[in-house]
Formats: sequence, structure tokens, C-alpha cells
Amino acid sequence: MHRIQIALTVLLIAILLVFPLVIKSDSIINLAVYVLLYVSLASSWNILGGFCGQTNLGHAAFFGAGALVARNLWFGGANLFLSLLAGALVAVALALLIGVPAFRLRGVYFAIGTLALAQILYITVGNTFSMISSIPAQDLAVYQLAPRYYLFLGIALLTIATAYVLINSRLGLGIMAIREEEDAAESLGVSALKHKLIALVLSAFFGGLTGGAFAFYHVGYYPQLTFGPEWTFDSMMMAYIGGVGTIAGPIIGAVFFVILRELLALKVAELHLVVFGTLFILVVLFLPGGFMGVWEKMRQALARRVTITPVRQQGKEVGKAEIG
Amino acid sequence: MFEGLMQNLVFGILMGALYGLAAVGLSLVFGVTKFLNVSHGELLMLGGYASFWLFTLWQVDPFVSLPAAIVFLLVVGAIFYKLLFGRMVRLTEGEKIQKTLLVGFGLSLILQNLAIHFWTADTRSITTWYSGAVFAFAGVRFPLVRVASMVIAFIAVVALQWFLQRTYTGKALRATVENWEAATLVGIDVQHVYFLSFVIGAALAGVAGALVSVGYSIEPTMGMSWTLKSLIVMVLGGLGSITGTFVGGIILGLTESATGFFLSLTYKEVVGLVLFILILIFKPQGLFGTQGR
Repeated sequence: MHRIQIALTVLLIAILLVFPLVIKSDSIINLAVYVLLYVSLASSWNILGGFCGQTNLGHAAFFGAGALVARNLWFGGANLFLSLLAGALVAVALALLIGVPAFRLRGVYFAIGTLALAQILYITVGNTFSMISSIPAQDLAVYQLAPRYYLFLGIALLTIATAYVLINSRLGLGIMAIREEEDAAESLGVSALKHKLIALVLSAFFGGLTGGAFAFYHVGYYPQLTFGPEWTFDSMMMAYIGGVGTIAGPIIGAVFFVILRELLALKVAELHLVVFGTLFILVVLFLPGGFMGVWEKMRQALARRVTITPVRQQGKEVGKAEIG
Repeated sequence: MFEGLMQNLVFGILMGALYGLAAVGLSLVFGVTKFLNVSHGELLMLGGYASFWLFTLWQVDPFVSLPAAIVFLLVVGAIFYKLLFGRMVRLTEGEKIQKTLLVGFGLSLILQNLAIHFWTADTRSITTWYSGAVFAFAGVRFPLVRVASMVIAFIAVVALQWFLQRTYTGKALRATVENWEAATLVGIDVQHVYFLSFVIGAALAGVAGALVSVGYSIEPTMGMSWTLKSLIVMVLGGLGSITGTFVGGIILGLTESATGFFLSLTYKEVVGLVLFILILIFKPQGLFGTQGR
């Protein structure tokens, strides 16, 4: 990272840390909570889907498992952080259940397998836990928004930091090599199965952790909610629209998504998904780098112009530019 | 008890024929183009609504309006191909699967939410004067409409099989499945074959959707479940075999109805998915032969 990037990151974190102390409006903090939630979820999806190139259509299974386990343990009196950890580990176990067999095969099996897993849990949880799950009265009496906000902030930072450290490591290079050209990577001794599984485990762990934080945050919901396919698809779209396979992409995508949803939801109920779907298709077909790709192109074009200028002036000196 | 079981299995077979028909369309597209069109279920939904509105607005009998549903889906399929999927024909196989998956998913989100917006989220079905007609055989009831739907699904699959085996264009399609590079070398217009298989796949989804709207019910969010069932039948039934896929659909229908009978109706929707994951875990080599690796 450049020095200026480090400075900006530190500044941003500092702003996020003092945010709930300055802003007193609960609705704005709730909005910020959702931004942070989606930053974590999209970034965790991106670890596997973006850096490793394996399209996971069942991230909701990890989010939901984390939420279900953490919420029940926490309600049962367990330590919050241990509950969150347990939820995340259950998510990892589910991920391995589907990842180990599916990654031995190529092609469509992982995508269909993860989608199938998420739908199985969605339907089964809907049938088994049909009662609304509410925070008990004694906990609700002392409910505060700020700790929830900081929990989400912590998880978001942890997810991003992990992704950052990962892609700058030898392991991360292996993971990205698998995405680029699996056969070539294997021929250089990079085990595709091992690297895919590591990316999957990290992705599921942070997905599960985010689910646990949602369980700690949300006052009352049907347990099926956290397994809904929209958690997967929203985070996938955010990662792609922001810039898949980059650190900043999912963050930008999540901020954009929550703000646009907030703006559109005031006028047209379900049409925000039509807008996102269209944008998503356009990005996949025409702008594979998303917002980050556009930004990168603009920067390169700018850099080129700066370096080209003296050459043009040289041209003028020999009289070539007189035609134009 | 025994009659109850028989009744369930009959319903399973009748339903399974429609699973088979839906999966055959998806499988044809995947086999020829390597496009994983996850908006297949939404195409089916469109076919269902075409049939529903023709009946509701102009009282056109759903079995009579079937050709209209087919034409509608041929046009819709052609538009989606020209606008979106046709742009991805030059990618490598892995990229194709991934990108068509993403585009198909975005498309299904758009279609689903537009359908909710314009047609509301209500569950609909077509009730004709003969909808209640049932004939009984050995104590088992056969609803007329569902039996007719199964017959039509069967005819559609046989017609497709005939087209693939006997016509010149059908042979070109099969040649492209085998080896698209060799097909190009012998003068087959592979681009055209891709287009053709995509619109035929869409039309088959349209037929399936129209039949679902008569014998069963339709809603804007039905697509996901139908796409998943078609995907599972496609993989379990073995890629490349039309008959195998159709039979695979009937097996899924039977498995679902048996689960509903012996276990509980609530797990009917899940059993196919569990089956898929179990086979993926324990017997991955048994389900696809040469494909997939």
C-alpha cells in the first residue's frame, strides 16, 4: 500500500470508530449496520468467488448457520463471542461437507451443490423452526445499538484484513493462480483442491461470523430469513458491481447497494432488484472489473496522458503535429 | 394403505413428466452450448403466465393455446440469446459456465420481480370446465388434465428426439455436442446451432410452464425451484441423453411423492436436493460418465 492509502484507511477507520458517538440518529446507525453487514458478507463471498474464481451460490447457508447457532447459544446463556465462534465453525463444517466432494469435480457441480445445500437448509429450517425468534425480554431491556455497531465494524475490518493479508501471501497467489488457469497452476505444484478448500473455509467462516452478528443485532425474525437465497445473491451482486476479485470492490458495492436500495425503496418496492439485476448483467457482460475496473482504467488513461504529453511536444518541434 | 401409496406414485409420475420436460430443455441447451441457463425456471414461469392470461382474458383453452405459448417463448428465447447469451459463445467452456450462470441469475432476478410488479405475487392456476374430470382405474384416480399434460410432455420429448435423430439440422446439433471444432470443420454453422438449441430449450420450458399452469399452479417466484429441479435431473439423468433425462425427471417425481407418503409432505421439496448432494459425496463417478471432468 502507498503511504497515502494507509493514511486514508486509518482516517476512515477513525471516522467509523467515532461515528456512533457523533451521530445520534438510530435510523442512520441502523443503515450503517447494514452497510457493514453487507461489506462483511460481500467481502467473505469474494474470498472464494472473486479471488479463487469458484462461484458459490449458497453463501446464505453459511450466513444462516452462523446466525442460527450463535443465536441459540447466546439465548441459552453462552458467552457472546464463543457463540459467534461456534456459529462460524458450524458454517465451516457445512462448507467442507459440500466443498470436499464438489471440488473433486470441475464445472457445474460446486455451483449447483452450494445452491442445493442452501435451499435444503432454507426449506428445512422453515419447517423445523416455524416460530418467530425474538430476543428475550431481559436482554431486550438492556438492548443497545452501539455494541452491535462495533461488533459489525470489527467483523468487517477482520474480514477485509484477512482478505488483504491472504492475497498478499504465497497462499493467496496460489488461490489466484487457480482462478486464472487451473491446469497450469497444478502443473507448477499448486494443489487446486487444497487452495480452493482454504478459500472456501475462510469465506464460510466470515460468512458465518456475519450471520452470528446479525443474530445478535436483530430483535425478532423467523429463523428461515437468514437462510434466504437473497443473502447469497445480494452479496454476489455487490462483489461484481463493485469489482470482483479486489479488496475494495465488495466494499464499494455494498455501500452502493444499501444506499441505492434505501433511495429506491421509498418509491418502488421490488423494482430495486430489477435495477440491480440489470446493472449486474451489464457488469458481467461489459465491465468485468466493475466500479474498480472503471476506476483503474481511468487512472491508467490519466497516467498515459501525463507521460504522453512530452512526446507530443517533441512531435510539434519537428513539425508533425501541424496537420492536426 | 396400498391404494394410497399407488395414488401417490401415480401423482409422482405425472408430476415427474413435467420435471423431465423442463430438464430436457435445460439439458439440450447445456449439452450444445455449455450455457448453464439458470433463468430456465423463469422461462417456464413466462410460459405459464402466457397460457394463464390467454385463458383469463380471452378464454382460450390452455391446450389450444399451447402453440401460442411455444411461439412466445421462441421469441423470448431469441431476444435473450441475441441480447445476452449470444455474446458469450466465444468463451472457453469454464468461463461460459460461469458467465452464463451469472447472467442467467441476473435475468431471473429481473423477470421474477417484473412478474411480481405487473402480475402480483399471487399463486394462479387455470380452471377449465374439465379441470375436475377424473377417471379411476383399480381404485387409483387419474386426473384428466394431468394425464393429458404427461402425454403432451411425452410427445414433445419424442418429437425432439425425432428431430435430433432424423433431420439434418438435428444431426448438426448432435455433431456440435460431440465436438464443436470438428463440426465447424465439416461446414456446420455452429453459431446458428447454438442459437437454435437455445430457442428450442426456451420453447420446451414454455410448454412445461403452460402445462404446469393447467394441472398445478404458477407464481412469479416459482422459477428457482424449477431451475434447481431441472439442474438436478440434468446431472443425475446423465448429460447428453434426452430419454435418460426424461426418465430422470420421472424418477425425481416418484422419489418426491414417496417421500411425501412415507416421511412427510414438508420434505418433499428437499428430497431431490439431498439426493443430489448424497450422490455428489458418495458416488460422483456414477452420474455423468464422460462429462464433467
